Parts: sequence; C-alpha cells; structure tokens
Amino acid sequence: MSNLRRTPLFDEHVRLNAKMAPFSGWEMPIQYSGIIEETEFCRKSVCLFDTGHMGEFYFKGDIAGSGIERAFCFSIEAIPAGRCKYGFILNDNGGIVDDLIVYRLSGDELMIVVNAGTIENDFDTIRSVLKPGCTFENRSGLMTKLDVQGPKSAEVIKDLFGVDVSGLKYFRFQNETILGMNVAVSRTGYTGELGFELYTASENIKKIWDVLIADPRVKPAGLGARDILRLEMGYPLYGSDIDEQTTPLEADFAAFVDFRKDFRGKDALLAQQKKGVDRVRVAFRSDSRRSPRSHYEIQAVDDPIGCVTSGAYSPHLGYGIGMGYVNIDYSECGTHIIITNGSVSMNGEISPLPFYDKGTVRK
Amino acid sequence: MSVFYSKDHEWVALEGSKAKIGISDYAVHQLGDITYVELPEVGAKVKQFEVMCTIESVKAVSDVFAPVSGKIVAVNDELNNRPELVNESPEQKAWIAEIEISSADETKNLMTPEDYKKHVGGLS
Repeated sequence: MSNLRRTPLFDEHVRLNAKMAPFSGWEMPIQYSGIIEETEFCRKSVCLFDTGHMGEFYFKGDIAGSGIERAFCFSIEAIPAGRCKYGFILNDNGGIVDDLIVYRLSGDELMIVVNAGTIENDFDTIRSVLKPGCTFENRSGLMTKLDVQGPKSAEVIKDLFGVDVSGLKYFRFQNETILGMNVAVSRTGYTGELGFELYTASENIKKIWDVLIADPRVKPAGLGARDILRLEMGYPLYGSDIDEQTTPLEADFAAFVDFRKDFRGKDALLAQQKKGVDRVRVAFRSDSRRSPRSHYEIQAVDDPIGCVTSGAYSPHLGYGIGMGYVNIDYSECGTHIIITNGSVSMNGEISPLPFYDKGTVRK
Repeated sequence: MSVFYSKDHEWVALEGSKAKIGISDYAVHQLGDITYVELPEVGAKVKQFEVMCTIESVKAVSDVFAPVSGKIVAVNDELNNRPELVNESPEQKAWIAEIEISSADETKNLMTPEDYKKHVGGLS
C-alpha cells in the first residue's frame, strides 16, 4: 500500500488500531471498534470521520465575469455569503463529473469541496471555463476537513472549544477560533445526524482531534460506518450511484439543476428532459437482513430491469437497503422486485427515501 | 469431545457420532460484523469441504464449508434473530449446525487446535 496517500490524521488511525484499506488512492480507516457499533454510536452520540482525503479549491474573482457559472448546473451568484449549496459539475452529455458543495465565502470568493477521487479532474474541468483575471487554486494539500457528526455534536463543540454552533442553520458556515487556530465550521455532513464539518490548515487538525477523541461522548468512525449512515439517508456516493454515465435527471436530482442559467451539459439535459429518461435511480429494501450489493441484478417478474449500485444491511432498520437504477416503467414505490447475483437472492420492494427518518440533521 | 479445525476456518466439536460446527474466531475477525446467517436445512446431507451455507458480513457474502460429511440434524435458530452472536461467541454459543457424521476417519483431513493456531499465525 506504499503508493497510497495519507491524511494528516493517519498516525492516529494506526494508533487506534483501525483496519485500513485503499480508497480513491488514499489509505483510509474502514473501521475501529466495528462498523455496526460505530454506526449506532453516531446516531446516539458523536463520531469523528477523517475526511482529509477530500479536496478543497479556492476561487477569487468576479463570479459573473470569470465564467465560473458555466461549470456548475446551479447558480453560484444566488448563494448568499455564509451559505453553501450542493450540486454537480456535468460533462457535455449531461453526465455527472462530480457532486460537490460550493461555499460562498464572500462576494468574490468561493470554496469548492469535492470528492477525493476526482480532485484533479474537477480542478481541470472548472479551470477550463475560467477567463483570465481570477484566482483559482487547489488547496487540498494545505487544508483538511474533519466531520463531527451526531446528536451531541453541538454540545461537545461548545463544551470542548467554547464555540457556540447552536444557532448555525443547516448548510451555513461560520469562521471560528478553536484552540487559537482558524477553523471554518459548516453545518453539513453525510450522516443524517446533526453535525459539522471543520475546515482548517492541515497542521492544525491533530490538536483538534486529540481534544475531541478524549471526550467519552466521542468515538472515531471509519468509511464502513460512513457508508451505512449515508445509505440510510439515501445520499449518493460518487463513483457508485452517480458517475459520468448518469445524468442528474436519471439520478432523480432534477431539483439541483437550474435550467434558467447556462451550464455545460444543459443542451443534453434539455434533450433528455424532452424525450424522458429510460431509467431512474430508486431506493429499495430487502425483506430480510440480506444486503443488496453493488452489481446485483434487479428483476421484476423474472425480467432484469436494472442493477444495484449501493447496498448494505441497515442496523437501525434491521433489513437490507440499497439504491440502483431501474427501467422507468418499474420505478414506482411499492413495486415488488427480486435482487440477485445468481446464487444469492432476496425479495425486495422499491421504497421512498430516506430509509431512516429519525435523524437529527435538521434539528 | 474432540475439536478440529478446517483450513477454511470452520471448527467441529465431535462427541460420538454428533458434531457441532461453526466458524472460527479468526474467520470472524477477518469478516467483521456478521449481519445475516443463511442456516442450512435440517435433513440436508453435506459432504466434507463442500459449501454448506453462507454467512453475510457488512462487507461480503462468504461460503461456509462443511468440515465433515453427514446429515444435518439441528440448526441454531438463534442466529436468525441475532447473527451478531457469531461475533460475540463464534466458537461456543454461535454453533451453526449439528451433523450426524457419516465417517469418523474424516478428521484426518482436519487440524488439531494447536496446528490450526500455527496455521493462522502464519497467515498475514
């Protein structure tokens, strides 16, 4: 595993005996005490997720004049300072190059947060639409992010750092001083629980982690738990549920596309909107503890109608859950399906999202 | 009672003609949290080293191979409701099936607990 990159907190994961594995070119912690235990602890208390592998870009310039709007399928100018917005960069076919969050730092400054596996490609894609005269930097190596997620996360951040985030609304952020260091705290996350993402210079994060991890209300959690938590909410994983071959319309994310503006891929989406999509992303549950798994076939009455893109056993629900793409004619909630890989089979049903509806994310 | 292990990390506790079987502590460590156990059918005949049933963990579906041949006379229904018992007590409480063995000398194809310990010690 010697060619894999390591986050600033790598030594901590080793010290805590995490099971490590490659993920998008990084050596990441998959679990510490156990995936199910970590999932349950996050929904009860607080878990820390090292997301230092993700990317951060900095932009400074005139939003309209720079041409940056063309890269995103949603309006950047409409994001007020202090708020962030989720959306996509698309390719010319309307396929999703990445899902990301854009933070409006000020009238002429943005921070763009992207997935680890697509950092270089996203940077080049955005840069290719920019006119000269603006600043656009890849700060992924200089900065890092730590996800602090769980119903007790605001209380823990207040108790340990004296920072009051109780008034911070969902998808807003504020600059704070934590242990004397500059940290941007955003009320965002990938778990469906009340939670915050802490952005700071890479060299700062260990001190913050040390204070948090020493608190009995806080445990570390790895990518295994992170995947179950996000799937219980129906959040997509780039590279599995969405990729360059899926459009936002097929992925059931039309709400994040603003057809009033110009953006790369718009013509392709308009054409698809006119014609109608052939397949669509759906969520489904299994009728037992058996997990749907990636690449399993989805069938309705013996005929293949689609494919699983993500699946897991949900400890909070007690049954298997998943997402995938099916023929539009079979996409209605309640449709009975069979999920199979040839040797393992289970009955299932197309269901609404989120699977888990008791999350504290919007409290 | 005598205990043996297979190369594929199943254990068998033999008492007369009856054998309780399960998966080893080492196997459970590799698999992680167990989320589902597909118990075999009572009455089914199994052959040594052939697939007897499957076990699902968070990461994967894994085959369990019968460490001895015979007929399944009982299965551990508790694993239907509590597959996590496999993580808690893989070599005691979480036996998977009980087999009426067909051939006592099949144990020559299995390892003693001491040999199995050496075997897993040698794995990464």
